Order: sequence, then C-alpha cells, then structure tokens
Amino acid sequence: MSTLTPTNGRLSSTTREERLLSFEGRYRQQQFTRRNWTLLYGALFLAALIGSIAASGFSIPGLIKGLPMAWNYIAGTLPTLTIENFWGDLANWYWGLRFWTRLLVETILMGFVGTVLGGVLALVLCFPASRNLVENTAIYFAARRALEFCRTVPELVFALIFVFAFGLGPFAGVLAIAVHTAGSLGKLFAEVNENVDPRPIEGVRASGGNWPMVMRLGVVPQALPNYASYLLLRLEINVRGASALGLVGAGGIGQDLYVAIRQFEYTDISAIMLLLILTTSVIDIICETIRHRLIGHDLAASA
Amino acid sequence: MNTAQLADISRLKRINPEIFSRPLPERLRDWGMWIAFLGTFAFGLWWIDASPMRIINGLNKLSMLVVLMIPPWPGDGLWDYARAMLETLAMAFLGTVVAAVIAVPLGFLGAKNIVPNWLFHFSIRRFFDAFRGIDGLVWALIFVSAVGLGPFAGVLAIAVGDVMVLGKLFAEAIENVDKRPVDGVRASGGGGLHVMRLGVFPQVFPVMMSHVLYFFESNVRSATILGIVGAGGIGLQLSDRMRINNWQEAAFIILLILVTVSIIDAISRRIRAKLT
Repeated sequence: MSTLTPTNGRLSSTTREERLLSFEGRYRQQQFTRRNWTLLYGALFLAALIGSIAASGFSIPGLIKGLPMAWNYIAGTLPTLTIENFWGDLANWYWGLRFWTRLLVETILMGFVGTVLGGVLALVLCFPASRNLVENTAIYFAARRALEFCRTVPELVFALIFVFAFGLGPFAGVLAIAVHTAGSLGKLFAEVNENVDPRPIEGVRASGGNWPMVMRLGVVPQALPNYASYLLLRLEINVRGASALGLVGAGGIGQDLYVAIRQFEYTDISAIMLLLILTTSVIDIICETIRHRLIGHDLAASA
Repeated sequence: MNTAQLADISRLKRINPEIFSRPLPERLRDWGMWIAFLGTFAFGLWWIDASPMRIINGLNKLSMLVVLMIPPWPGDGLWDYARAMLETLAMAFLGTVVAAVIAVPLGFLGAKNIVPNWLFHFSIRRFFDAFRGIDGLVWALIFVSAVGLGPFAGVLAIAVGDVMVLGKLFAEAIENVDKRPVDGVRASGGGGLHVMRLGVFPQVFPVMMSHVLYFFESNVRSATILGIVGAGGIGLQLSDRMRINNWQEAAFIILLILVTVSIIDAISRRIRAKLT
C-alpha cells in the first residue's frame, strides 16, 4: 500500500514536467528490457528452427514436391461413390466390414482390459507415491521413480519388447497399454491423494486403523470420483493408442491397417480410418458424458 | 460389542432403514453394472488369450531379455544415436511449429466470437475432434508411403496429427478473450489492427504458447517412436537393435530416450510456468 499524499516525498517538490520525464524514462527502460527478452527468445527460436531444418533435411523445395504427393495419396484413398449405385459402391468400399468390426472390437477390448489392469496397478502404486501418506522417503522415492519409468518409456517400445517375450497378438498390446497406463494414472492418482482432506485420515488413525485401513477408509472415499474420471479419460486415450499397436504386431485394427497401407490397398485405408474415427468419437462422447456426471465440468479442462 | 449397543443399532435400523441399506432397485442397478464390468473384463482376458501358462512363459522370456539388457551399452554407435536423437528433436520441433502456424487461422475460424454461425461452428469443431481419432503413428505410416522414408514424413505426420487439436485449443483461447481490454482499446481510439495487437493478442498469446509448448513436449515423446515405421529419428535405431537382438544397445537407446524426454519436460515446464 502506498501512502503517498501531495505533501510528502518527491511529489510535492517536483514539477509536473519532471515527474513526466522520470515516468517516461522508466517506461522506456522497461520497454527496453522487455524488447531484449523478446529478441533473445526470438533468436533462440530461430536458431532452433534453423538447426532442426538442417537436422531433418526439411526443405521448401522438398515441401513443394512432397505436399502434392501426400495430397495425391490421400485423394487416391478416397473411393468412387456414385449417386446411381450408391449402396453398391458403399458395399464395395466396405467389403471387409465384418472382419474389420471384429478387429475393432478387439481394439476396444484391448484398450478396456489394458486400462483396467493399468488402473489396478496404479491404484496400488499411487498411495506410496503420495507425499502426505508415507513417512518413509525411500518408499516414496522408489514409487515415484517406478511410475516415472512406466510413463516415460513409450507404449510402443513396451509393445515391441512384449511382442518378443509373449509372442505376436493382442496380449502383448494389452500388457504394453497396462504398464504405460499404470505410470500415467499412478501419477494423477497420487496428485489426487495429495489434495485430500487430512481430517478423515486422522480420524481413522485415531480410532486405531492401520495403514491399509487409513487408505481404504480415509483416502479412497474422497478420491474415488476423481479416480474414475481420470480412468475414463485414459480409456479414451488407450483405445486410440491400441489402434496403433497393431503396427508392431500387437493386435487390433492396426494390423490390418498396416497391411492395407503396405500393399497400397487405397480404399481400404480410408475405410478403416473412417471406422476408427467413428469408433473413437463414439467412445469419446460416451466417456465424456459419464465423466461430466461423475464430476463437474472443471476437471475436463485441466486433465 | 455389548448388548446395549446392539439393541440401539437394531432400534435405529427399525426407525430409519434407508440409512442402513439403499433401496433394492438402486442396489440391483449397481450389481448389474459390476457384473457387466467384470463380464467384459473376463471376456477381454479370454479374447486376448491370457492363460497362466502363457504369462509364466512370457515372464521367463522377459526376465531373460532384461538380463541380456544389463548393462546398457552404446557399443560403437554412440555418435549415430546422438545424431538420431537430434533428428528426433528436430522432427518434433518442426512438426509442432508447422502445426501451430496452420492452427492459428483455423483457431480464428473455429472461434464462436469471430464466426458467429452456430452450424459452421458446430461442424468445424466436430471436424477438429474427428482428427484426434487417428494416432500419430498411423499418420507416419501413411506419410512414409506418400513421401518416402525419412524425417520429412515424420514432420508431416506430427504436423497433421496436431494441427486440428491445436486449432480447437486456439479457438477456445480466442473465445475466452475478455472483452473489456478490447473495448478499452476501441474507446481510446484504436482501429481494427490496434484492437487485435493490443486488446486480443496479449490475452491469447500466452495461452497459445503454453499449448504449443505442451504439444512440443508430447511430440518429443511420440517422435521417438515414429522411426519404427521408417519416419526417421531414434526409433529406427531402436527397432533395428531389437530386430538383430542387440539388447544392450537397445537398453541404452531406451535410457537415452528417458533422459532426453525428462530434460525437455523440465525445460518446457519451467517456461510454461513463467508464461501463465
């Protein structure tokens, strides 16, 4: 709070021009430092841009040559649908619908089972990874690092390794999803745990509850709606992710998409991609509705 | 528990039964949902063929792989990995920049307060959403087929995968602009360009930058794997080492990815905290 009055300090003894002058001086100085920062960030950005253009072999002629090629490719995947024979053309385009539906169901199941398994693992690991729930720093540290590892190694790398260990097929994909999900959900769950009200915890402890009881009766009831909301969010992400796992042989619709792309079966590509978009949109909408019911609109924005 | 308490409990149960047990339809609904959930889960486990034998065999093989990975060792490919990692970062950076540049006009198109037609607004938003359904790796595969192997395909895949989502986020940022600074600029005699530069831009820019940085972070993660389908970067090295069963070098590359991603995350988080 400034308590400047016209009678104290510089204000009374300086003239209007002097005050204006000092104001302008300071204004200019601030502008100067701000401009310098902007210039510095701009220079850093430019350096990074030039560096990455050099490193990735990205060039304007390449872009000009490449973009029409990409466009032709995408245009080539579109089927010829005529109005006269619309249903026939549609049936032609979706000739493999029965087969693809089966693979789509497999993709969704992979996402679902992976999310549930990962969620269970996350639930086990999130309590030792919450700062307010464990006294032993070594346990806290170990749990945090384990979650970080599961989260940071890309899902697809896990999938590659699991395909080696467990063989081709959706089983490896589900495991990869589960491990990655455990990492990311465990962190989110732990953050929820760290924000719970400590009074119920003290209450359970005061009435003689041991550590698992404190977690079950003091923490879980408060955090459950948030857990469920994050779980649903993760389900959306995992169904999308499951569609890509097929590219490395870990089951789902990605396997057939891979074949279609590699063998240049153009219209199949667009057919499968459209199916994928439809499926993920429907799952998004369902999950979003349930989430909004479970919890206010506020979480969706921050998650 | 002594008898006085038990008597109390039974008396309370008689007076207000709804506290002690919920109505039957509600319980039936809950049970039904649990059964459906567990049924789907069991069906899923059956579908993916998760037999105990398979799990045990797989775990055996997995532990063998882990033993083979220790200690992680770069071999004589250290220089190659560093270059591939740089290429990965470059792909993520360029892809994000291209996506952000294209997303700005899209964001203005999708903002309700710029284009007030609700039908247009609704359809463009659905269009933005639809593109999220395709994973970045699928785009990479498509662009590898379209423009050939190499990091250029990776840049395009990242850009195309992100542009719609960024467009949607930008549109939301533009919709959330506070009208008062805009009115203020206009009231002090500013024209259309002044309104944009002094009223809208200072509000929108930090939000957009923060989104872009976040996307850069996640793109670094996804760029590390794009190489698996031939789109350049460290992923190609990793899948190669796995294919020839060189697990020590594969483990080293995984560690390299972990460290790089952590560093990028830390830097980006610091800048984002400063922005908002």
